[in-house]
Amino acid sequence: MDRKTDLSETRSLSVAIIGSGGSGVVTTGKILLESIARFGLYALMTRSSGPQIRGGESAIMLRVADRPVASLDDHFDLLLALDWLNVDRFADELPISTESIILRDSDQGEVPPRFNLSPEQQLAAPLSQLAAESENGRANMVGLGLLAQLMGLPLETVKETAQDILKRKGDAVLASSLLCIEQGYGQAPEKKIVTPLTQPASPTTRWNISGNEASGLGAVQGGIRFVAAYPITPASELLEWLAPNLERLGGGLVQAEDELASVNMIIGASFGGVPSLTATSGPGLSLMMEGLGLAVASETPVVVSNVMRGGPSTGIPTKSEQSDLNLALYGLHGDAPHLVLSALSIRDSVFTTEWAVKLAETLQTVAIVLSDQSQGQARAVIDPPTSPMLEGKRKLAVEHADYRRYALTEDAVSPMAIPGDADCMYTADGLEHNQLGTPSATATDHQLQLDKRRNKLSGFDYGDDWADIGGEGDICLITWGSASGAAREAAERLTRAGYPTRTVAVRLLSPLPIARFSAAIEGTTHQLVVEQNHGAQFYDYLNARKVLPPTAGSLARPGPLPLRPQEIVNHIMKGL
Amino acid sequence: MHGPPPLPPLKAKDYKSDVKPIWCAGCGHFAVLSAITKSLAHLALPREQVALVSGIGCSSRLPAYTHVYGFHGIHGRALPIATGLKVARPDLTVLVTGGDGDGFSIGGNHFMHACRRNLDLTYIVMDNEVYGMTKGQASPTTPPDWTESKLTPHGTGLPSFNPAAIALAAGAGFIARGFSGDPSGLTDLLTEAIQYPGFAFIHVLSPCVTFHPEQKAWKQTVHEQTQTTTADRVVAAQRLQQDDRMATGLIFRSPANARTEHAAPAHPATLEQMAARFLTG
Repeated sequence: MDRKTDLSETRSLSVAIIGSGGSGVVTTGKILLESIARFGLYALMTRSSGPQIRGGESAIMLRVADRPVASLDDHFDLLLALDWLNVDRFADELPISTESIILRDSDQGEVPPRFNLSPEQQLAAPLSQLAAESENGRANMVGLGLLAQLMGLPLETVKETAQDILKRKGDAVLASSLLCIEQGYGQAPEKKIVTPLTQPASPTTRWNISGNEASGLGAVQGGIRFVAAYPITPASELLEWLAPNLERLGGGLVQAEDELASVNMIIGASFGGVPSLTATSGPGLSLMMEGLGLAVASETPVVVSNVMRGGPSTGIPTKSEQSDLNLALYGLHGDAPHLVLSALSIRDSVFTTEWAVKLAETLQTVAIVLSDQSQGQARAVIDPPTSPMLEGKRKLAVEHADYRRYALTEDAVSPMAIPGDADCMYTADGLEHNQLGTPSATATDHQLQLDKRRNKLSGFDYGDDWADIGGEGDICLITWGSASGAAREAAERLTRAGYPTRTVAVRLLSPLPIARFSAAIEGTTHQLVVEQNHGAQFYDYLNARKVLPPTAGSLARPGPLPLRPQEIVNHIMKGL
Repeated sequence: MHGPPPLPPLKAKDYKSDVKPIWCAGCGHFAVLSAITKSLAHLALPREQVALVSGIGCSSRLPAYTHVYGFHGIHGRALPIATGLKVARPDLTVLVTGGDGDGFSIGGNHFMHACRRNLDLTYIVMDNEVYGMTKGQASPTTPPDWTESKLTPHGTGLPSFNPAAIALAAGAGFIARGFSGDPSGLTDLLTEAIQYPGFAFIHVLSPCVTFHPEQKAWKQTVHEQTQTTTADRVVAAQRLQQDDRMATGLIFRSPANARTEHAAPAHPATLEQMAARFLTG
């Protein structure tokens, strides 16, 4: 199918900025993104960086549209290169088409041959030379001005945004930055190289937020007031957002000595009555597993926000992959039912994290929320997020006579006493126990408590929030987490091309609502499970649940390259 | 003011549960359990305001034998659970119990960091120089030439861990050594430790009559320390390098106060204000 015809309806502009670490790529991207938001459009900005802290490679990829953007496009329309250092390390992440334009600093050498561009696709501008004309001038700000001009953003909007973002850097830096932006803005090439953006008639309220910030906000909105964690890429920004904000809410964050400590700290705090969370990534989640089993057994609610990266072992720490699903589902020893959720977009990170906290509190269990680097460290201009309807409060002990912490109840959730409640003293235990909480190794108590811990999750009505379902058609894309964005766009392109397609993006991965899942894919004839990992983990999981027809296919590709809509479209078209 | 008549003061037995300990007859831990309940009664702490946290091992079974709030966690992680609980609930009196394997081997990292974090916790380690629950393997405090374990038939050959010296080096403010064979001395130490506004570490020599029957002789070898408590970390360090690790008493007490993780927020904000910061423009 022809991608050109699709663009008439999903018109968007994709821009990348690359440079070596320290060249100011990320700052440039931040100013550009916020300028776009103020202009009234939506955008998604992902970020790619190497393992080096300074001096490595750095890139931002930005896509702008007049509607929410949940996925990168297949190619970049415009790529600004501040320099070519280390470009080989991430050239794979910069797909270029025959219509892409690369704009380079004329002081930084020719476009590397690997991009295979025609001369018409290459433009040079004297970014460094213009920057050198003002004291402290920087090429990235000249580049920003030039980009803004080409994209059709008003100079004043960009300057005001730069002023707000750079003001803490001091007057001198700010003044020279504004000068550089103006100089770049004046450097427009003679021919029009991209169609300028058009301003919407009536811009509405928008947010500019990263996935990690969105998870943090969802956590505190859900009621989290204690966090313990150990720093890890790419989850650290979530913790850095939570630390000051928990303090403002009267809560607190402890930086633990390791993940073994952090998971147990949140169990202790939650036992004390305070909803608690930790954030980590694959290696940390591996270390937490024994602690999570304790939380399941002792029925102490805790939430883990796991921002996935390439694995196994240290893997590719700075790049994205959806490969911790098996660990999240099966990593606990023993029969340890718990909740596993996936955030379906940056915006959905607010909703899903808030929902996870409320579910964990309601069901007195563990909730693992899976996000990933491509979502956590990306920023987007979004419509204000929504909140789940669930009240999400812990069932507390009100009857103090003859208190039994693990009493068998109708909904299998037992009233929980909180230290300070007189006459309800009990010992929470990871040992199997009877209803009182007293250690017990009898077959009867083991069976009863196993049943109870399973039934409280399987008997709960999770409602319609278990998945985001869209579109009608014969084709059905089944997906989860950040892959949902590319899948949804692929479904739209297929539908427009005459192949009506439905998308089922699963938010509640475990326990999977089997009947609802079956209803969601009913009537479709071609199912494809889309995910970003090597082992087809979600596909295998769904097959183990026996919810897929035998003809269902799998598109499972590891990171670090993001799934792109056309890749999914091509996969479907090949099979039709 | 005419409220309900005051309740009679709680006795030590009121802090005990009906659960029968799994410990062997003659185990030192019985006396430690008694000393803990006596200290709580002496301090007249409301039972619901006390939490006892433990890991895994014979001594870690202790919370179930008390009638306060308890958390019997996983091996080595008692201190992190207690840390989270204390930060979240500074109003509670939080005690942590465990053994030498739980505290110094699998939980060794947490031991150091709890000492330097200096929250108001009381950490009671019942040291019998052996893993009793798994039937008698060498622990970090086992003498290097102990050959009774099939796992280390030639002995560990490793110098034994000096818990009080490690606690001191890691920054603990209150370091004492007690003996289960001296219950009243231990009760006094515990009472002072619970009142100490910071991380208090009590290293309790508590014999394992099953796997270390020779520890019955501790009755003769354990003695009170001859020097008085010091507030000087350098002096304490020197003493701990020289002592026979059998001297009981309060070794070191720092005048410094505990850290509180929870301060009143300097810049309080509502959830709405937090969300509003993401608005564009």
